[in-house]
Amino acid sequence: MRPTRLAVIVAALLAAWTAPASADPIPAAASELTIAWLGMRPADPPEPAFIDRPAPTDEGLAGLRLAVSDDNASGRFMHQSFGLEAEWLPPGGDAAAALRRLAAAGVRFVVADLPAAVLAKAAADPAAAAVTIFNAGAPDDVLRNRDCRANVLHTLPSRAMLADALAQYLVKKTWTRWLLVTGPTAGDQAYAAAIRHAAAKFGARLVGEKSWTYTRDSRHTATGEVAALTQDGDYDVVVVADEAGDFGDLVPYDTWLPRPVAGTQGLVSAAWHPAYSAWAAAQLQERFRGQAHRAMTAKDYAAWEGGRAVGEAAMRLRSTDPVSIARAIRSDDFALPAYKGRTLSFRSWDGQLRQPILIAWARNVVSVAPEDGFLHPVTDLDTLGTDKGESKCVLH
Amino acid sequence: MRLALTAAALILSSLPALAQTAYVSNEKDNTISVIDIKTLAVVKTVKVGRRPRGILLSPDGSKLYICASDSDAIQVMDTATLAITHNLPSGEDPEQFALAPDGRHLFVANENDATVTIIDTQTRQVAGQVDVGIEPEGMAVSPDGKLAVNTSETTNMVHWMDAVHLTLIDSTPVAPRPRYAIFERDGKRLWVTSEVGGVLQVLDVASHRVFDTIHFEIPGVPRDKINPVGIRLTRDGKLVFVALGPANHVAVVDAHTLKVIKYLLVGRRVWQMAFTPDLSLLLTTNGVSGDVSVIDVARLEVIKSIPVGRYPWGVAVRP
Repeated sequence: MRPTRLAVIVAALLAAWTAPASADPIPAAASELTIAWLGMRPADPPEPAFIDRPAPTDEGLAGLRLAVSDDNASGRFMHQSFGLEAEWLPPGGDAAAALRRLAAAGVRFVVADLPAAVLAKAAADPAAAAVTIFNAGAPDDVLRNRDCRANVLHTLPSRAMLADALAQYLVKKTWTRWLLVTGPTAGDQAYAAAIRHAAAKFGARLVGEKSWTYTRDSRHTATGEVAALTQDGDYDVVVVADEAGDFGDLVPYDTWLPRPVAGTQGLVSAAWHPAYSAWAAAQLQERFRGQAHRAMTAKDYAAWEGGRAVGEAAMRLRSTDPVSIARAIRSDDFALPAYKGRTLSFRSWDGQLRQPILIAWARNVVSVAPEDGFLHPVTDLDTLGTDKGESKCVLH
Repeated sequence: MRLALTAAALILSSLPALAQTAYVSNEKDNTISVIDIKTLAVVKTVKVGRRPRGILLSPDGSKLYICASDSDAIQVMDTATLAITHNLPSGEDPEQFALAPDGRHLFVANENDATVTIIDTQTRQVAGQVDVGIEPEGMAVSPDGKLAVNTSETTNMVHWMDAVHLTLIDSTPVAPRPRYAIFERDGKRLWVTSEVGGVLQVLDVASHRVFDTIHFEIPGVPRDKINPVGIRLTRDGKLVFVALGPANHVAVVDAHTLKVIKYLLVGRRVWQMAFTPDLSLLLTTNGVSGDVSVIDVARLEVIKSIPVGRYPWGVAVRP
């Protein structure tokens, strides 16, 4: 069944007055839909570890670029085409003004990498009400609870999801006594809170808590800080909360007791990982590498999911009508294939994409959460993160 | 005369497997296991190109075509001597393929390249290429040889091609990650599995429309861990066998009522299947457990499992 001529014309008219100021010009087709990228450069980015240099300058955007290319690969069989418009804001830039501009130009789908507070403020702008914003950069649980909004969907997993996934794996291994070492930033504190919550949720125990207070670079002056800090009774595993990558990588193999390290470093939990290849993920990794000339990160993947959600809904609807697409993406029947062996959908109560989480060290994906045996009356994917009953989100 | 040559080669061959013989590609071992159907045991293991996946036999059984995915080649094995005689130009990363009823043209899905390559096995030349969706996977040619279809795993469509003029005719969206397609013998219906969608879909070949979707339910197995892959139809058109991947079962579907009759427990991560020529047995490749399950088709029972190499993928049986 072909799309009805009328729907195509209506969609084309809707799309006609949008500004196709795309980075990759797309040839005109029956109906075009623009997906925008809105990113903000951090004011004081952490120095990447030597092994990670150079730090990517297009993290997230490169994932969206691939998604739009994938959308067009399906779209050309459906007489649909997708454009990309990208905007990077300087640190402290006005994201609300940028969203107003995009909305006025007719853009209805924005994939964003913005700090949580900036995103919350911009999404509350009245002009943003008609725009669906995919949060691909902020893991903050507050955005899925107190500051949640109907026009924001979260493709990046929340900290609660990441902590729950890791906790399930550690509990499955019966490594249930944790020593938690937390860094000084607000993100570190929030991650540590998610770890404490996950421990209580799945039956692990925090047998000790330490703060990482060293500010100098001990990589060159290793004099036993890690060993001293982890000399504190017995534990099964050291859990590090260090989102900026300040000290977490110093901990493995340097603990007082011979114990594994997990958390933000060591054994990590993430929606994507460079070592992941199952369920044809190798194909996505190779397509990404071919285009971006680097490995795909979890932020790239979250942005890809946002861009693909739009293209997948358009293909299933055989329409690029943004209102229909926005509704379809939020429906319980939405099924996004995303190289995880099962289709993904958004939680109706807080807009979070429910998805399997990889448990991995630097060179291997050890397991995929939810782990077997963690049961849920609806879907085991909802054992990860904030479930309906505990959500504090009131969508408006 | 090809037949005479084949017969002579068979007589001269010192291999014991002169009766029905099964060939199984072992994806991680880069080998083909040769199974004697009479004894249901591996009689020989042959080294081939890298990452062998899809395999099929020429109509006369004299040649085994092998998709050596990581060697970017289709290898041609002489089934009498088990030697690789030559390679065909396959395009990048061949995974699955189908032979046209003329026995001459191979339709190959190039997974990394979003194309279908058509190879003339006589001239050993590429006869054409058709652009399709991302990650082309399943391939089938209609019994009258006029139509070819390909499924694209990421674009999630069935692409309909004119198999004579080698052009794209139409595309039909299907359930997520379509893996395998097969025509009925009368060419009226096309059966397609969707691995991530977890379903078997039936398409009307005349209208290109999906007209039925069959779900699977196995007690104790979550629905989203049922990932259908290979399909086989009995010659009388009555039964459809569907390999359910990590659900470790083969579903038996009544082709008329479209109801599941039975689930057969086989090895782990069951991928592809092939009947013996007399249709008495169905062999399944089980990727994770590294074995082949043997199903008695009349009794719908699993009667044996045969250890083969690591990650067995494709299977073909020669009379």
